[in-house]
Amino acid sequence: MIMDELEKEIRGKFEVLSWLPHSPRRVYIEIDRKKITDMAHFLYEEKGMRLSTVTGTDTRRGVELLYHFSLDSFGVIYSIRVIVPKDELKIDSLATFLPAANWIEREIHELLGVNFEGHPNLKPLLTAEEWQSSRYPLRRGE
Amino acid sequence: MKTIIPVGPYHPLQDEPEFFKLEVEGEKVTGLEINIGYNHRGHEYLAQKMTYEQIPFLVERICGICSNSHPIACVQAVEDLAHIEIPERAKYIRTIIAELERIHSHFLWVGLAGHFMGYNTVWMWFWRYREPILQLFELITGNRNHYAMMKVGGVRRDIEDKDMQEIDKVMNLLESKTDMFIKAILDDPVIAGRLEGVGVLTKEEAIRYGAVGPTARGSGLAIDVRKDDPYAAYDLIPWNIIVFEEGDLLAKAKVRLLECIESIKIIRECLKRMPHGEIQTRVEDIPPGEGIGRAEAPRGEVFHYVRSDGSNIPVRYKVRAPSYMNVPSNEVAVKGYTISDAVLVLASVDPCYCCTERMATAYYKGKKLSGKELLKLSWEKTEELKRKNSLKV
Repeated sequence: MIMDELEKEIRGKFEVLSWLPHSPRRVYIEIDRKKITDMAHFLYEEKGMRLSTVTGTDTRRGVELLYHFSLDSFGVIYSIRVIVPKDELKIDSLATFLPAANWIEREIHELLGVNFEGHPNLKPLLTAEEWQSSRYPLRRGE
Repeated sequence: MKTIIPVGPYHPLQDEPEFFKLEVEGEKVTGLEINIGYNHRGHEYLAQKMTYEQIPFLVERICGICSNSHPIACVQAVEDLAHIEIPERAKYIRTIIAELERIHSHFLWVGLAGHFMGYNTVWMWFWRYREPILQLFELITGNRNHYAMMKVGGVRRDIEDKDMQEIDKVMNLLESKTDMFIKAILDDPVIAGRLEGVGVLTKEEAIRYGAVGPTARGSGLAIDVRKDDPYAAYDLIPWNIIVFEEGDLLAKAKVRLLECIESIKIIRECLKRMPHGEIQTRVEDIPPGEGIGRAEAPRGEVFHYVRSDGSNIPVRYKVRAPSYMNVPSNEVAVKGYTISDAVLVLASVDPCYCCTERMATAYYKGKKLSGKELLKLSWEKTEELKRKNSLKV
């Protein structure tokens, strides 16, 4: 019930490009990348969801980011999918208001080369200091 | 005057590679910068070159302490992707392995915390009773660590009836001992003096940093994957989440100690209710799609994401360990406390760096600080508290 209401609310507020309920506790929602901070504000501040992590994948459409928000009281994970085109690898940072996104955004920045605009400290997190900053380990064909 | 004290990159006390830059003014800690990445092994990339049968063995080697929590999240991610239901007996076996692991991991932490405080008896006793669990693991799975029990579609080995009696015996021993330890530790005024009101992580900060596991539950957040998104047999047996509101080191210690008791109860229930039957289901091809698997490791939520294109090798494999969320919360938890407390606060989240990712020398008042000296600082504080206490009596 609550999940149906939440679906209506999200669909009313945001332009949903695709809504995929994979299993009862896993929902994948695709939205435009410019709307990610609004969506994060809505899910984290209004709905009390916790940002579990972000998965970055190199796909044919561009670098795909999946923001996994966990609604702990119901055990449901809402994965918000956004596509960042390869010719413009930019997206707004969530770390400005959500420290939970700080490390993961740094990780995606160094492994996939996505620029998180507004991030307070976009230094490499995992790779060695002598690693060339123009080579991205998780990019395909490189 | 601000001074920077570097601790690491090979942590002198926790013997793991991470780097803490403590910013201090006199004795007070005013800031913290955390650097990781000294142990990055590229597991995600490696997993994208392996078959679904091989990945559980790979992710099992991410962590050397809770070596079961990554494989269990991994097989659940693949099962979620392919909509595989596992037999009921396998669910109970998964639960028993996961809970045995939680007890030995929490014992390890309490032992180390005791050592850092200068209570070496606590350390010796807890590690002494951690040993029977490791022997139990050897008996059930053939290995003291890296059990290789998880498999997509069920478990690899069955627990035999005679082994179940052995589990029951060890549980009886541990229950009486854990009870005694909890009373002894919580009654001690010096331990309370070291832990109470130190390293407070408020509920709001825990939410902001996305803390998980005992770190979150010690700050009043009732989140536990075993309850929220039940897997294995956690929804088939009754058990309680342990939550404390204070957010200090004592609350985190209490959460872990009481969870050991709860784990013993869960294991007993599993032994009682476990049905006979199959332990594996046959797994056909893995269809294209994506799946998420979560498990409650001793340190908190483990998160695995897998994406398939229909072949036998995943196109993307993502791992997020609990310490990845918990360690950054130290930035706020350590502020305002002394260097001797910082030793304990930084250890309070039960950090696991092999999960999350060299010894440099630390400088203190122009001197180098080694592991021994850091321990000495912490031990001196305990001694001082002991003296004050004996004066009161």
